[in-house]
Amino acid sequence: MSAPAPRQNGEPVAELEHVSRIYRMGETLVTALDDFSFRFQAGEYWAVMGSSGSGKSTLLNVLGCIDRPTGGIYRVRGHDTSDLDDDQLSEVRSRHLGFVFQSYNLIPQLNVLENIQVPLFYQDDPPPDGDERARALADRVGLGSRLHHRPTELSGGQQQRVAIARALVNDPALILADEATGNLDSQTALEILELFDELHAEGKTIILVTHEPDVSNRTQHVMRLKDGRIEEVQRDQNPAPVPAGSAR
Amino acid sequence: MRKNVLLRAVRLGVRSLMLHKLRSLLTTLGVLFGTSSVIAMLAIGEGASEEAQEQIRQLGSQNVILRSLKPREDFATGTQQTTRVVAYGLTDEDLARVQETFPAIESVVPAREIYEEVRRLDRAMNPRVLATLPVYRDVTGRVVAEGRFLNWKDEQAVANVCVLSDGVARYLFPFESPLGAEVRIGGDYYTVVGTLLDRVRSSDDSAPAGQSTAEVFIPLETGRKWYGGMQVKIRAGSREMEEVDLHEIVIAVDAPENVQLVANAAREMLARNHKQADYQVVVPLELLLRAEETKRIFNIVLGSIASISLLVGGIGIMNVMLATVTERTREIGIRRALGAKRRHIVTQFLVECVVLSVGGGLLGVALGLLIPILVERFAEMRTIVTPFAPLLAFAISAGVGVVFGLYPAWRAATMDPVEALRHE
Repeated sequence: MSAPAPRQNGEPVAELEHVSRIYRMGETLVTALDDFSFRFQAGEYWAVMGSSGSGKSTLLNVLGCIDRPTGGIYRVRGHDTSDLDDDQLSEVRSRHLGFVFQSYNLIPQLNVLENIQVPLFYQDDPPPDGDERARALADRVGLGSRLHHRPTELSGGQQQRVAIARALVNDPALILADEATGNLDSQTALEILELFDELHAEGKTIILVTHEPDVSNRTQHVMRLKDGRIEEVQRDQNPAPVPAGSAR
Repeated sequence: MRKNVLLRAVRLGVRSLMLHKLRSLLTTLGVLFGTSSVIAMLAIGEGASEEAQEQIRQLGSQNVILRSLKPREDFATGTQQTTRVVAYGLTDEDLARVQETFPAIESVVPAREIYEEVRRLDRAMNPRVLATLPVYRDVTGRVVAEGRFLNWKDEQAVANVCVLSDGVARYLFPFESPLGAEVRIGGDYYTVVGTLLDRVRSSDDSAPAGQSTAEVFIPLETGRKWYGGMQVKIRAGSREMEEVDLHEIVIAVDAPENVQLVANAAREMLARNHKQADYQVVVPLELLLRAEETKRIFNIVLGSIASISLLVGGIGIMNVMLATVTERTREIGIRRALGAKRRHIVTQFLVECVVLSVGGGLLGVALGLLIPILVERFAEMRTIVTPFAPLLAFAISAGVGVVFGLYPAWRAATMDPVEALRHE
């Protein structure tokens, strides 16, 4: 992997200040996020839990800049996103954010190598070493021998590995995972979670939305949401990771 | 990397379309047929009008042709009367007036038609036998195939010589050259001194003898001397006697701008000297102008019919692309989440539309170039493919892709990413 930008653990990478998100559902207004303030810091590994309707998906969408808060300020790596237009928000996504979805969401027309590079294609100034980065990441997730396979030729676990490689290709501030193991059998899910553990150990910042205790038990911190607010924050349920660089 | 952005977009478009090969193929059919019909129709229209124009041009675009016309027989035609004399048509006085008083003329060529059978051994036919002057060939631009045309010596000597048109020569002399041989016209023998190419120089080798292009030419004086002013036309059940001085006077005008002037003068002169409408003034230039106008209208009509099928093809593309956009809502959501800007999505779908329509356009151009060849081969019609037609058809088909792709692409680009991602 290319050298990540030097980043100190503890530096805030995603800050939410009094963020609210209110939907209009016909006549009624639904408050999905209610005066939500929090700081996610570099190197943290979070599980976000909550029942459906608790606002965890909305939180993920706001963090991922695909949804705009109705109020408050959201900063990514210190940059305020409130005044950005659609193109600028897209640029933030392609440069600073990585997504892992429940149903993998690879693009069927593209092979593994191309799928990994998609976020780079959409940057205003794509890096020249996209191909090498993608190859290295495919190796990293154990798919170095399947670079030219199409998603339909891969198993679910393999597809999710490609998706994770894709989420890493732009060296993001945040990796946002939405029920990333929801569609996998327990063995494959375990492998994916081990991969997340490794990434955490390397110093990546990961936010994982889940409703499975098996998943949330493995993360560093857990946040529980209810009615668009933080119900409970459980820090350091697991020992701090081995510092980046010494693992593997 | 930036340079091959478009190339990559095209490759991606092709790949996306290849995921649904049959659907993509069917979608291109509309544009394919539209494009090919534009080309084929323009080629056939062009060919037809070119043929008409060539026929007119062979009459000579700088000529004014006066013809004798048998007047309508509105006076009592005796039902039992089988023999009578009809006198009509252009007279030698008309010829003299034209020659002496008309300005801006280069030459005047009178011609008489002789109603006699042409025979050689046991072969006989009824071509148009014209007694005329040597300048006839210059004025009408006919081309000598073999030997020579009539000359002034023939005229002065009142020689019994004739020139055959190609069709006549082939029919009467199937196995040998007619030059120097003799044919019988009516009761007299004539030596063949030359042959002329047929008027319509298409591939009518198989044209049966006796068609209007079959012509035999003899010197004017020879015609006067042997056949006189009075001729007998024998038809089934009746004999008809006619007295006609001249059947045709071709006036060659010195410059194109004077053609109209001479034509008007001729009309005026004839109207003053003829009691009845026993003449006709043919102005090839006028016909040519009219033919050009007809061609223009013809092209517009054909072009619009073909354009309608292109339009339908475009609507077909739009229809399929709208369905595709709905079907690929999730893909759009993924791409947006991964950082695609609206213009990236627009480009992606627009490129797919253009690939579809250009693909159809290319196949259509190929088919459109093939159809005229087949038409020429099997329907024996002349077709002309101007380089402009395939270019136009191709450009329109590409344009169709852009125009009818814009709305689906815009629909795709303006989707809310959150909604699109939730779409199953």
